[in-house]
Amino acid sequence: MKKRAIIEYFLPIFGYIAVIALFAIAFTIFGEGISTFKEFSLWQFLTGLVWRPAASHIKLGSVPLLFSTLIVSSIAMFIAVPLGIATAVYIAKLAGNNVKDILKPLIELLASIPSVVYGFFGIVFMAPLVQKLFHLPIGQTGFTAGIILAFMALPTIASIAEDAITAVPSDIEAASFGLGASKFETLTHIVIPAAMPGIITAISLGFGRAIGETMTVLMVAGGALGMPHSIFSPMRPITATIAAEMGETPVGSLHYHALFALAAELFVLVMVFNLIAEYYHKKFSMLRG
Amino acid sequence: MDKTKKENIAFFIIKILAYTSVVFLVALVGYIVLNGFKVINLRFLTDVPRNGITEGGIFPAILGTFYLVFVSFLVAVPIGVLSGIYLAEYSPNSGLTRFIHVSINMLSGVPSVVFGLFGLAVFVNKFHFGVSILSGGLTLGILILPTIIQATIEALNTVPYSFREASFGIGATKWQTIKDIVLPTGMPGILTGVILSIGRSAGETAPILFTAATFYTGRLPKSVFNEVMALPYLIYGLLTEGTFPDKQIPIAYGASTVLLLFVFALSFVAIIIRMRSRRRKKW
Repeated sequence: MKKRAIIEYFLPIFGYIAVIALFAIAFTIFGEGISTFKEFSLWQFLTGLVWRPAASHIKLGSVPLLFSTLIVSSIAMFIAVPLGIATAVYIAKLAGNNVKDILKPLIELLASIPSVVYGFFGIVFMAPLVQKLFHLPIGQTGFTAGIILAFMALPTIASIAEDAITAVPSDIEAASFGLGASKFETLTHIVIPAAMPGIITAISLGFGRAIGETMTVLMVAGGALGMPHSIFSPMRPITATIAAEMGETPVGSLHYHALFALAAELFVLVMVFNLIAEYYHKKFSMLRG
Repeated sequence: MDKTKKENIAFFIIKILAYTSVVFLVALVGYIVLNGFKVINLRFLTDVPRNGITEGGIFPAILGTFYLVFVSFLVAVPIGVLSGIYLAEYSPNSGLTRFIHVSINMLSGVPSVVFGLFGLAVFVNKFHFGVSILSGGLTLGILILPTIIQATIEALNTVPYSFREASFGIGATKWQTIKDIVLPTGMPGILTGVILSIGRSAGETAPILFTAATFYTGRLPKSVFNEVMALPYLIYGLLTEGTFPDKQIPIAYGASTVLLLFVFALSFVAIIIRMRSRRRKKW
């Protein structure tokens, strides 16, 4: 056995850094959040319908915020899933090489745009457009934020779904053609079902991304507290609430801890989607062999 | 309608949907950049803000973003690359290793505002770094860590095993092989990941909201313990704070254009590096 370099003794520590960081974040968020429930009931936090942290009679019901988060990200997914999968199919199976070489980097570019710029575009362009099209009193609504979020989640969905579609072995496609199936039939009956676990991974990751996105919903969703009445109401998802309120909250106050509790709720929600993605990714890798 | 005709319509719809995102991209970039170029000139880039950020330039915000990116780079690149080397070259094929890989994926899925709260609780409050370049840079560093680890693992995995065997064959140790053969061969891939994460770190707002950024400060930072202006936070502040939106919004367009062009330039460099290394690859 040859002598090992000094750095090789330290490498394992670096190997575990992601685990350490993940657990440090989880412990900090949950640790700070749990102090909320010395003064406020956990049950009321999880089921309460009113979020009023600055009032003299504090109410910390997180339901309207969670509900807003789910509405906005569902709208985003409603748009991003068909667009993302169509983009993936087009790049993987229909486009020529030249088109592919242009389209793929363009979609990557969409992923590199900072969220604050998306939010800015949402305020100055998308909100007035939505307001005019749907005759609304204000253009900053959950729906508007959902549209913008859709395009932020789209690159994730498109690129992972494309990998999944490309990874489907070409011999089963050839077998389908051999049986007389057309290109479209092969696509809908063979290729997409075979790539489905990968596509589910793509959708779950996109959903997780949409739920966790902060600046866009803070700037575009309208910021109104309370239960949203329709998708065209202004609303304030969890991320936006944390970002909007943390700045004016004294460190260590009940409100401060309550925002960490909200973050913990968000953390759990996002991790569920990431774990679903992880599960189907593993399943897909196993199918591929 | 016959079958082929129906299918052609279906393929046409797929094509239209695929191009929708390109239309959106062009609309967004065009709208921001065309408005931005109306205000961008040398003075805008080099002057300090004047009259409560209704006039003057955005130099302090550009500088602040540069400092934040630099600190996050110093934190994340060495740690991330070493972590990637361990996971690609040394880690045993065990349940524990799989757990590390899952953790990396989970970490990259943590919402950016949660990183911000972590930075606030740990760096700002517990370590008493305050709202500062150091707190913000460390927070951003952890944020981009998983990207760099993943890029390193992927880059090293594409280096053929025969390269390592050849190196062992002439008597090199494992570390020498990694340092002199594997790492240089995988460098374009690592570099691409690093460049893309620099862009990410420059554009993130939520993590620096409570850890580093301030909407306006009259003086440039003198140490890592000072708070700073930063481009993304400036854009947010110009839209939501202040009393003269008519004068602030043009500056926000200018700042957004600077940020967009910087991020796009980085993406462009990353794409070029990737294409060149693919073309040069002979194995």
